[in-house]
Amino acid sequence: MNRTFYDKLIFELSHKGRKGCRVPAAVASDDSTASLPAALRREKPLLLPEVDEPTVVRHYTNLSTNNFGVDTGFYPLGSCTMKYNPKINEEMASLPGMSALHPATPASHAQGALKAYWTLQSMLSEIGGMSEFSLNPFAGAHGELTGLMVIRAYHDANGDTARDTVIIPDSAHGTNPASSAVAGLKVVEVKSLPDGTVDVEALKPLLGPHVAAMMMTNPNTLGIFESRIPEITRMVHDCGALMYYDGANLNPLVGVARPGDMGFDVMHINLHKTFSTPHGGGGPGSGPVGVRKGLEQFLPNPRVVRNDDGTFDLVTTDTALGSVSATLGNFAVQLRALSYILSLGHEGLAEVGPMATLAANYIKESLRDKYLLGVDRVCKHEFVFDGLIDKSTGVTTLNIAKRLLDNGFHAPTIYFPLLFHESLMIEPTETESLETIDAFIDVMREIAREAAEEPEKVLNAPLNTPIRKPDETAAALNPKVTYQDLLANG
Amino acid sequence: MKTYYNPTHEYARVDGNIAYIGITDYAQHALGNIVYVDMPEVGDDVTAGEDFGAVESVKAASDLFSPVSGAVVEINEHLIDNPRLINEDADKNWIIKVELTDPSELDSLMDEETYKAHCEAEAKH
Amino acid sequence: MHRYIPHTADDRARMLDRCGMKSEAELYADVPRELLLGRPYDVGSEMSEKEVRDFFRALDAENRPPQVCFAGDGFYDHMAPAAIPYIISRSEFLTAYTPYQPEISQGTLQYIFEYQSMIAALTGLEVSNASMYEGTTAAAEAMMLCVAAARKRRRVLISATVSEAVRAVVATYARYHGVELDVIPAVADGSVTDRDALRTMLAEGNPVAGVIVATPNRYGILEDYTGLADEVHAAKALLAMTCIAGDLAAIRTPGEWGADIAVGDAQSLGMPLNFGGPYLGFLCTSRALMRKVPGRIVGATTDADGQRVFVLTLQAREQHIRREKATSNICSNQGLMSLYATIYLSLTGPEGLREICEAGYKGAHRLLAALEATGKARAAMPGKPFLNEFAVDTDASADTIIERALAEGILPGVKIGPNRLLIAVTEMQTEADIDRLVNIIANS
Repeated sequence: MNRTFYDKLIFELSHKGRKGCRVPAAVASDDSTASLPAALRREKPLLLPEVDEPTVVRHYTNLSTNNFGVDTGFYPLGSCTMKYNPKINEEMASLPGMSALHPATPASHAQGALKAYWTLQSMLSEIGGMSEFSLNPFAGAHGELTGLMVIRAYHDANGDTARDTVIIPDSAHGTNPASSAVAGLKVVEVKSLPDGTVDVEALKPLLGPHVAAMMMTNPNTLGIFESRIPEITRMVHDCGALMYYDGANLNPLVGVARPGDMGFDVMHINLHKTFSTPHGGGGPGSGPVGVRKGLEQFLPNPRVVRNDDGTFDLVTTDTALGSVSATLGNFAVQLRALSYILSLGHEGLAEVGPMATLAANYIKESLRDKYLLGVDRVCKHEFVFDGLIDKSTGVTTLNIAKRLLDNGFHAPTIYFPLLFHESLMIEPTETESLETIDAFIDVMREIAREAAEEPEKVLNAPLNTPIRKPDETAAALNPKVTYQDLLANG
Repeated sequence: MKTYYNPTHEYARVDGNIAYIGITDYAQHALGNIVYVDMPEVGDDVTAGEDFGAVESVKAASDLFSPVSGAVVEINEHLIDNPRLINEDADKNWIIKVELTDPSELDSLMDEETYKAHCEAEAKH
Repeated sequence: MHRYIPHTADDRARMLDRCGMKSEAELYADVPRELLLGRPYDVGSEMSEKEVRDFFRALDAENRPPQVCFAGDGFYDHMAPAAIPYIISRSEFLTAYTPYQPEISQGTLQYIFEYQSMIAALTGLEVSNASMYEGTTAAAEAMMLCVAAARKRRRVLISATVSEAVRAVVATYARYHGVELDVIPAVADGSVTDRDALRTMLAEGNPVAGVIVATPNRYGILEDYTGLADEVHAAKALLAMTCIAGDLAAIRTPGEWGADIAVGDAQSLGMPLNFGGPYLGFLCTSRALMRKVPGRIVGATTDADGQRVFVLTLQAREQHIRREKATSNICSNQGLMSLYATIYLSLTGPEGLREICEAGYKGAHRLLAALEATGKARAAMPGKPFLNEFAVDTDASADTIIERALAEGILPGVKIGPNRLLIAVTEMQTEADIDRLVNIIANS
């Protein structure tokens, strides 16, 4: 067993009196805040570790070795688009003239930054087939929420205030209904057909004057392209509602087709998926929201505009939905995405969708004799297996996922979409070499063999990860969420 | 005492004008290890068909729909520290005690036999 | 062939063959023909790294970043220890996804646990989530949390002394989420929350789910909230405070004030200003609210071999399980920035963070005194206690002062009125910088 697990907490390395930084011109005996009224001063001692710089660096470096990232290995996480994060992007995101700018810097002194913002928004508009993007939303879910607010602001502006419902396919990401609820909208689910696409017949009776929007991702979470999308958008528009495009699955369409051309009115893009910015263990992301012509005035404040003389300004308007941020969003993430688009250019972008799609279909075709295909069709960037074909072994999707960890691969997305009991959702992206993909296929086939011939190996997986089978029930039953909790519980 | 059931797997065990409301053994089984029960406060009103709380396992949450309307007169405080009591004996470990305002609501609930059939049908699905 | 896309013509042929296809066009046979773009994007041609660098350097050169920054209003120029960018750019941290597989994500899970511990310690509350996007949306989440916890009440009060940016975002969320948001007025000079008005609002027939106040407030003032928590709790409402993370080493914490929820921005923990982001929102609560907290939470547990390990916990609250019934739609946290804050707080420790507050306090009070001595500027709200940020009224217009100061490479503050500036001082401005700003304002 490979056990090099580093398990110290920084608090456990603390020694009273040690310090890891020198505050400029600080005088240790300074206590001038003592002149604040006592009622306004902190009384409770501050429980932070006291550690020197070398200890801090070694601690977090050791901690990092307990992690797996895209740079470590293949990360076939469905709907997450774990593509390579180019290193030039990191360099471009830390130029001194950009990183030192306070958000309140007058536009006259931030022309380069505003131009970067504007350039990225116009490139995203070209790629999405939209008229204008706001880059202000901080993440995909935030973009989705902002997009729904755009839709509500549009209906409100038309005096159409009774539209309180969003239609969402039953295959949708959980975020879609959650964002709808936060935006004050009711959710109605539309069923999928056995082939995974929206049941257009079932959609018809759901439409009416109460519908604000329909939210879709295309291809859907099964990786299937919704071929009847022109008909769907027509029906939704005919009832006066707008079409919302969840950009989670945009990658297979890059270079190929545009949501705007399909009739979508509002969309968001996850820069951390399609445009290669690093996921950072959960963030920071960026979720720009785009709108078709005629909806720009509803985008959140502030907006960046280009003046006739080629300079750039920030504007706020009363027609906007309001503001969803104090600033122009996760600016340094936007810079990375801009660097990515420039690096690829139209030639590189034209390869993204087709290569991501080809890789997914190749894996699907290479494993379909062992794993049960949820829907047997040409997929786009991802597809779903409903576990192994041979269910008699008792091996579940969770077991397969954990056995992949033993073999040096990250697991696919599991138990989503909810349409199948044993969903195993695989998305390879365009940046994995054929050797890597073949190695993954070999391991998946080997796991299928183990499941049949020595199932205990799979049932007991993982066997050689640094930690195994954490007790999640105990964690949720008696939550210990801080070091203070650990001290209190011994 | 007679027990009535919701199709969403809550029971109401009725004793006079008091109903003990909990989830059925079938429901606790489907949820797995229960880690938390979100309960209303004593004095709150619950309405038949509307949710009054939730039971949570590690990776699922299930809303609780009241089979009856009325005021909450007691909550099962043992569940605060030990929600797993429901896994051990769902029938014994009721969640809230409600004083009925409209006993006629009971007529639209399932009896034990109907509920059993309902569970069997659901299990096949 | 692009440098990020490794598939050669042979690779493609092999993959297509396995799929029983002749060309990549067949992969899109199910896309209606009229929807195919059929042309290259109008985004320019592929660039080499040199060309990308040239492009960005040209943009960078169009900026004229001030060398000295007295602007604050929630975002501050603080020292940024070199070790932090070095560590957070390690690709094991940088290129990881959300820690869904705890077996190979202990690095992320453990630093989030450390982060939660440190932020809870700072705010004086018991529970922290794994972080939020930034401060304004964190405040909006606090509002929704109040409403969710109150079940049936949908009215929230927010003080007029909360920063404009926070109030604007909270108002946006309230408008769409269906929360009745009422503003608690400030006293006549605008300096602090009108507590009598608040008492009246709490006593009205329309019951309140939560009250949101700020420390420091929009003018940098430290309001005395003695008795506030009791009044709010007596009305069965929750008290939420928005604050600036770094200040909490010196000032009375939300926990000490008796607040149920603390939110705010942690950019002040040495994060680069980056023209607005990424920053870091935080959200802490009392233990009683733990199961309603939005976003992720990491908890400690043990694994099959008895090791102490960390997992995402209390997941039944979250959007991927609760869908439309979740309190929040947030699916991520600000992962890498929470690592940033954790390393920063490890390096400063309690003493370093206190010294930073001291330096800001000293500099700000010195600056205000010097400005008043010129006779050209005076405290906008005289006599009110503050830490490191204050509002001044100036004889010259704020625009004139900003223009003159920028010409000397100084951002003198944030304009909050025609003749009013909000000025912040941190450990980054030297005494000479302060003297220069005093001179500029005196001579404007």
